[in-house]
Amino acid sequence: MFESLSEKLQRVFKDLRGQGKLSSENMEAALKEIRVALLEADVNFKVVKQFIANVREKAMGQDVLTALSPAQQVVKIVRDELTEILGSKHSKLQFASQPPTVVMVVGLQGSGKTTSTAKLARWLLKNSHSPQLVSVDVYRPAAREQLKVLAKQVGAGIYEGEPGMDKPLDLAVRARREAMDRGRDVLLVDTAGRLHIDDALMNELQQLKAQLNPTEILFVADAMTGQDAVKSAAEFHERLGITGVILTKLDGDARGGAALSIKYVTGQPLKFLGVGEKTEALEEFHPDRMAQRILGMGDVLSLIEKVEESIDQKQALEMQDKLLHNEFSLEDFRDQLIQVRKLGPLENILKMIPGMGDQLKGVKVDEKELTRIVAIINSMTPKERRNHMLINGSRRRRIARGSGSSVQEVNQLLKQYGQARKMMRSFSGMMGGPGGMPGGKMARRVQQLAKLGGGKLPF
Amino acid sequence: MIQTLFGSVPQEPTFFEKLQQGIRKTREGLTGKLEDLFAGKKVIDADLLDELEYVLIGADIGVRTTGEILESVKQKLDRKQLKEIDELRAVIREHLLEALRQPERPLPQVKQPPAVVMVIGVNGAGKTTSIGKLAARYKLEGHSVLLAAADTFRAAAIEQLEVWGQRTGCDVIRQKQGADPSAVVYDAIQAAIARKVDYIIVDTAGRLHTKDNLMAELEKITRTTRKLIPDAPHEVLLVLDGTTGQNGLEQAKRFTETAGATGIILTKLDGTAKGGVVVPIARELNLPIRYIGVGEKADDLLPFDATEFIHSIFKN
Ligand SMILES: Nc1nc2c(ncn2[C@@H]2O[C@H](COP(=O)(O)OP(=O)(O)OP(=O)(O)O)[C@@H](O)[C@H]2O)c(=O)[nH]1
Ligand SMILES: Nc1nc2c(ncn2[C@@H]2O[C@H](COP(=O)(O)OP(=O)(O)OP(=O)(O)O)[C@@H](O)[C@H]2O)c(=O)[nH]1
Ligand SMILES: [Mg+2]
Ligand SMILES: [Mg+2]
Repeated sequence: MFESLSEKLQRVFKDLRGQGKLSSENMEAALKEIRVALLEADVNFKVVKQFIANVREKAMGQDVLTALSPAQQVVKIVRDELTEILGSKHSKLQFASQPPTVVMVVGLQGSGKTTSTAKLARWLLKNSHSPQLVSVDVYRPAAREQLKVLAKQVGAGIYEGEPGMDKPLDLAVRARREAMDRGRDVLLVDTAGRLHIDDALMNELQQLKAQLNPTEILFVADAMTGQDAVKSAAEFHERLGITGVILTKLDGDARGGAALSIKYVTGQPLKFLGVGEKTEALEEFHPDRMAQRILGMGDVLSLIEKVEESIDQKQALEMQDKLLHNEFSLEDFRDQLIQVRKLGPLENILKMIPGMGDQLKGVKVDEKELTRIVAIINSMTPKERRNHMLINGSRRRRIARGSGSSVQEVNQLLKQYGQARKMMRSFSGMMGGPGGMPGGKMARRVQQLAKLGGGKLPF
Repeated sequence: MIQTLFGSVPQEPTFFEKLQQGIRKTREGLTGKLEDLFAGKKVIDADLLDELEYVLIGADIGVRTTGEILESVKQKLDRKQLKEIDELRAVIREHLLEALRQPERPLPQVKQPPAVVMVIGVNGAGKTTSIGKLAARYKLEGHSVLLAAADTFRAAAIEQLEVWGQRTGCDVIRQKQGADPSAVVYDAIQAAIARKVDYIIVDTAGRLHTKDNLMAELEKITRTTRKLIPDAPHEVLLVLDGTTGQNGLEQAKRFTETAGATGIILTKLDGTAKGGVVVPIARELNLPIRYIGVGEKADDLLPFDATEFIHSIFKN
């Protein structure tokens, strides 16, 4: 089994923490682990080399040897460097001053072009645009039919072509005319998948570009792509001058190192992410989140946002206090469960917590189970909730009866609560304290998250 | 002679010719001149070992497997068991071959047709296209084939398979978009039995291995096939995109665990990706690579040949 990156980094940084100050030798050890981690995330070999060199230089330059918390420094430098390469901020879709704006969607076979085209159409409609679709994939069986079905689904206009019309250029030009006639302001051109080394088909794209003068040429890449991502992206960029990237299939567990490779070799921004097969599964790209993902630290930032939206900060801080003082009662346990549930589907939340992914592998979150647990805790007396040691056999039977569950279920809950307490204690030890995550505020947030993580772990 | 689910059959000459063309296409390809990593090198030095690491990792073999190979090379160098470039080449070939040779599992032999071949994998890997190619292949071997359109989810997936049915002269059993895939498979097997068809190939919707509900759907399809044919499916082919990186290992694990993959089709090797993730896959999961895909046409499917495959890793 591969050790997960967060586990690795935690080990490395624990080692560093143990040594107090960062020396050039122990930094090499950390960099070596980071190198391996990036390679396992499918970042291209050469890109990794360059990246590590940059980090090394920055770390040295910043006088980390005298820094108070070397581990914090290294995490921060690695993460910042990753974020910087990925793009300093979210990059928006560009529009032509003279409509219709033409957007060409290009890429290798099966990367997700047609689906992404439909997603873009939906996104444009939501943002008060009027997209016109056209598929110029005259090669793959039922490719045009596929876009037609999707266009209908999202309610976007599509030019379907005339019978016998089988030239990409003809289709595109006619579609643009139709867009103008109908006052549609964006023409989305879905092209056939092709290999970057297929000269004839790459030529075809160049001709389309010359004819259509597109504002955006979006390269659609599969997040699961390995080392070869640099070759295909570089070639597409060289032939076409791509203006942005859509990275798809991020709803899986691919770490998406290809994002870094592609950004590195093309210099073009990632504009959107595909996170599912449905047409609404399109997200804007956030470099900081992607950096976290590649590093394997979980999508901490978006979780933080969600937590901030729905969790009472004061309560969270109180909870943290209790945690540190080991006063986490069944009542708190219940409140945590209710809070966590407000955040949305539990599994999604869990996945975002760094270090939780692996511990939760195979653990199913059952919403019904959650309701039942809350019911059981509600059947306890306030005294019992505050001190679970009171709950003996006869009390257990009473609680079971009161909540309409079995004694085994009550036992099970008490066991889970015990585990949660233990979990949280270890989390607060790991994340808190001066050697933990960079920045006091960050550390506090992560702690809150960790707590939440602990809260639902037993399910 | 070529191996099929029904035993060995003599190879069709026309088919053999096509294989030859296909191999030529991948080997000489459109990639320009072919350079062997070792060509022109005289001594084994740190630079060469670095380059070797780059080649192996660059082929998606993975940092761990690559590390193990290099470690063993270094040990041999230290013990002076290895001096010549040719020996180095041989040692590395042997390592890779060992991993890839292990899982050579004979095909199960089907006494009573139809043989059920289920095709599974993540989104866009090349399942439907590979099914078209497989159908063409079985037909060339003189078998009758029925296709089951059990991807009832993706837009126009059924239509796509129907085009392949027309191209290869195979009937397609289909229901409406959104229908229960298991029901389609049940229909198809019944039809195959009634029509005394040799092969039935089941096209399934692409799914990420992390989606438990969709993985459970595959299990349900498998159970359905067993209701009608107890030892079905006879082959469960996992289609793996040749450009996939280390995620391929996780894919192979999960599809083997939940859907009982029995072999791999490695697609899109006509590009510049090497598909090296099959090395750790073969090693860890004992899962044989059955075919490689080298294009989008019906005859762009070749039987996997470990020696050829390793050869291609060292060509740029
Ligand atoms: N899980 C997931 N699947 C996706 C995503 N984007 C696309 N897909 C799926 O990936 C497969 C291929 O998508 P298409 O849109 O047909 O890809 P394409 O690039 O147009 O393919 P070709 O035209 O054949 O080259 C389909 O099964 C899609 O449903 C995504 O973000 N997540
Ligand atoms: N170059 C090349 N393209 C291939 C190969 N195999 C499949 N493709 C192309 O890859 C794209 C996706 O293939 P499909 O057969 O639709 O893939 P799939 O796995 O059925 O996709 P979903 O059903 O959407 O999950 C299509 O454009 C195919 O033509 C191959 O070996 N080489
Ligand atoms: Mg398409
Ligand atoms: Mg398909």
